[in-house]
Amino acid sequence: QLRRCKPLHWPSLPAQRKYMRSPLIPEMATQEVQLNETLAHLKTESETLKTKLEEERAKLHDVELHQVAEKVEALGQFVMKTRRTLKGHGNKVLCMDWCKDKRRIVSSSQDGKVIVWDAFTTNKEHAVTMPCTWVMACAYAPSGCAVACGGLDNKCSVYPLSLDKNENLAAKKKSVAMHTNYLSACSFTNSDMQILTSSGDGTCALWDVESGQLLQSFHGHAADVLCLDLAPSETGNTFVSGGCDKKANVWDMRSGQCIQSFETHESDINSVRYYPSGDAFASGSDDATCRLYDLRADREVAIYSKESIIFGVSSVDFSLSGRLLFGGYNDYTINVWDVLKGTRVSILFGHENRVSTLRVSPDGTAFCTGSWDHTLRIWA
Amino acid sequence: MTINTLAKGGLQPEQMSCFRKMEKVLVAMQDPDMGMKMRNQRLLITVIPHAMTGHDIITWLIQKYHICEEEALHLGEMLVKYGYIYPLKEPRCLVLRPDESPYRFQTPYFWTSTRWPASELDYAIYLAKKNIRKQGELVEYEKERYSLLHKRINHTWDFVVMQAREQLRASKQRRKADRIVLECQEQAYWLINRPPPGVQNMLDWGLERPNNFSTRVPLIETSRRALGRNRVKSSICLEGFVKYSEQYQNHDPIMQGCLPSNPWISDDIAYWTMNSEIVPVPTRLRVERWSFSFMELLSDAMGRREFMTYLEKEFSAENLHFWQECEEIRHGESSKIIEKVEDVYKNFLAPGAARWVNIDSKTMDKTLEGIKRPHRFVMDDAQMHIYFLMKKDSYPRYLKSDLYKNMLAKAVVPQETKKSVFPFMRRQRHSSPSPAQAGAPAAEEDGRAGTNSAAGSHF
Repeated sequence: QLRRCKPLHWPSLPAQRKYMRSPLIPEMATQEVQLNETLAHLKTESETLKTKLEEERAKLHDVELHQVAEKVEALGQFVMKTRRTLKGHGNKVLCMDWCKDKRRIVSSSQDGKVIVWDAFTTNKEHAVTMPCTWVMACAYAPSGCAVACGGLDNKCSVYPLSLDKNENLAAKKKSVAMHTNYLSACSFTNSDMQILTSSGDGTCALWDVESGQLLQSFHGHAADVLCLDLAPSETGNTFVSGGCDKKANVWDMRSGQCIQSFETHESDINSVRYYPSGDAFASGSDDATCRLYDLRADREVAIYSKESIIFGVSSVDFSLSGRLLFGGYNDYTINVWDVLKGTRVSILFGHENRVSTLRVSPDGTAFCTGSWDHTLRIWA
Repeated sequence: MTINTLAKGGLQPEQMSCFRKMEKVLVAMQDPDMGMKMRNQRLLITVIPHAMTGHDIITWLIQKYHICEEEALHLGEMLVKYGYIYPLKEPRCLVLRPDESPYRFQTPYFWTSTRWPASELDYAIYLAKKNIRKQGELVEYEKERYSLLHKRINHTWDFVVMQAREQLRASKQRRKADRIVLECQEQAYWLINRPPPGVQNMLDWGLERPNNFSTRVPLIETSRRALGRNRVKSSICLEGFVKYSEQYQNHDPIMQGCLPSNPWISDDIAYWTMNSEIVPVPTRLRVERWSFSFMELLSDAMGRREFMTYLEKEFSAENLHFWQECEEIRHGESSKIIEKVEDVYKNFLAPGAARWVNIDSKTMDKTLEGIKRPHRFVMDDAQMHIYFLMKKDSYPRYLKSDLYKNMLAKAVVPQETKKSVFPFMRRQRHSSPSPAQAGAPAAEEDGRAGTNSAAGSHF
């Protein structure tokens, strides 16, 4: 049951999206019975394999992270404050990304506006109005010369940034990605020429910006894909995605194959982010926990949770050294975790509604949060 | 209080799990042994039982969850905002006051999760009761909604009024204390499910997620492959995290601060200026980082430049050039691939090429074969071979070389900038040229914060 009662005076929910439903294929009675038996058989096989996999993973798990971290010096008192507040969006801020110049950011909002700011001076430098509401994804190009964004339009579009104040940015817009459901996340790869996207249609895809051509698609999630992050590896060929199927999948960008999969969260995974070395990644979920998955050990190695933390995590990111994990939560707070010891180091207040997005700056001097309270904050 | 025709459908799993967790807290708070101490609360002339003060709530939360006062206040406030605890004084204001203000637990009957979704009919009956009970009790926005409802569900209006009258009659037979409590409970419920204009809608959960689970069975192939993969012992992997964090700790501005100062805190961009892509003298930390891994060296423009200089001395600069060209192919436009592959072949792979790279014959053969039908990843094997060659051979030698050691020796360690003696004197925040005008002359230095900036929030 997907619809809920619309109360009076409520702004109407955005236009409904097309859903992908498996069509009912009318079958002869006997064929249907056979099909069900095969499915049941396959399901059992799948379950058996899964159990075996967990056993194999457990065999090499000889120590816990916090045990290894006992010898590490504990962190001292933590003081971080809001250093900038960026006001200008007229509705919920949904996503943001940093420019490589360490001070500019792009942010997108429910009302369709995408704004480029110099967060240091708090000046707005560019603004674009998208033809759709709920712009859930935005990304800054590595060159700093363009931004990509998308949402309920099911597309990812690239806007070259022009410094001519009279120029309408929307005029040079380039439609790059096309999905069959909302765009949940997008990221440029190592250059301005390729974009990786994830979508409510359950897939991720890699696109050539210039031609709009689909270079590779990634199938494997059983429901909406909500987030993705590119691996900072030497060979730079993998990325991780998280979805409503509670799975985090690691993909090979060349072959399109899912090379690793983790399913330990109890609810939707809203955010995934690689540990700076690329050997692990963290995830944040509606189940109010953040988790750390080690790629070489092929398992979850830490859970960051507290009984008093009830609301889901919308967004996570590491500090530069990977020692700290910042999580933006749906209860308006930011929790700071000691990645090694597993303890919560600090809780930050300030936003007046959900924190929907959180990114550490490229040089690690600060992190930025965006919230449903229409503002963005820089913390340092 | 009225006929309920509620469907559970519509509450997403995320919402349900949050409600359930808050309800667990509620239950713990009402535990006879470990729960909160209740008391009677005097409201004018009536005594309301089972009340607690805001202060008590916060104290209990602090003790139960081992959190600080600010966090306890925040958590308690969530419980109030979601309607699990309501105030007896100033009932229209769903705020948790950390003082002697009285609060009560909401009855499960009126939990949002129990009565989801709130029905228009019930709201109409509620407003009707208020209207009948006392003239002028309806606030402006309630009057508007009342008349709108009247139009929308006009066909059942008789029923609405009848129900309202019935409920009012029934409540008159209750003790005054109970009546007050019931009214408070019901009001709190509606404040959340039909918030007044301008008040945050706590039940706004954003976009629904279709959660269109496919009926496909989880991939067996993936599981089989996963079973076969090589895994590393946890003790080895986890030790890696400790080492990495240790190595980078001094480079982590949030952990250790940065010299001369963090621009976001001091408003001084010296840190960024000193660490620009190309500077006459790099900082010591930056040069140190080049020794952490080959990737660190290559990702830094200056590092790469230094490394190139070193390779030139060793007559193996073609390796780095080759690697860079391959990166261009991998990450560049699809349309330029063929042309770039041809160039790379001509310059680096063809027999007698000007900058011939030394690749093992197997890789060379495979690459040459692949070049016949060039694609984005055709150079991958060759590129990796050269990458690891540099990493295992040239890179360690570079780190031991005089070139690197000298760079490290003359690298600058910035002085810490003390915060201004006059803290109220705000530094001018200089703007910087936008990367979007790459190549254009630097923009005018804007000495003042822009006209559309928010007021400085940190002084």
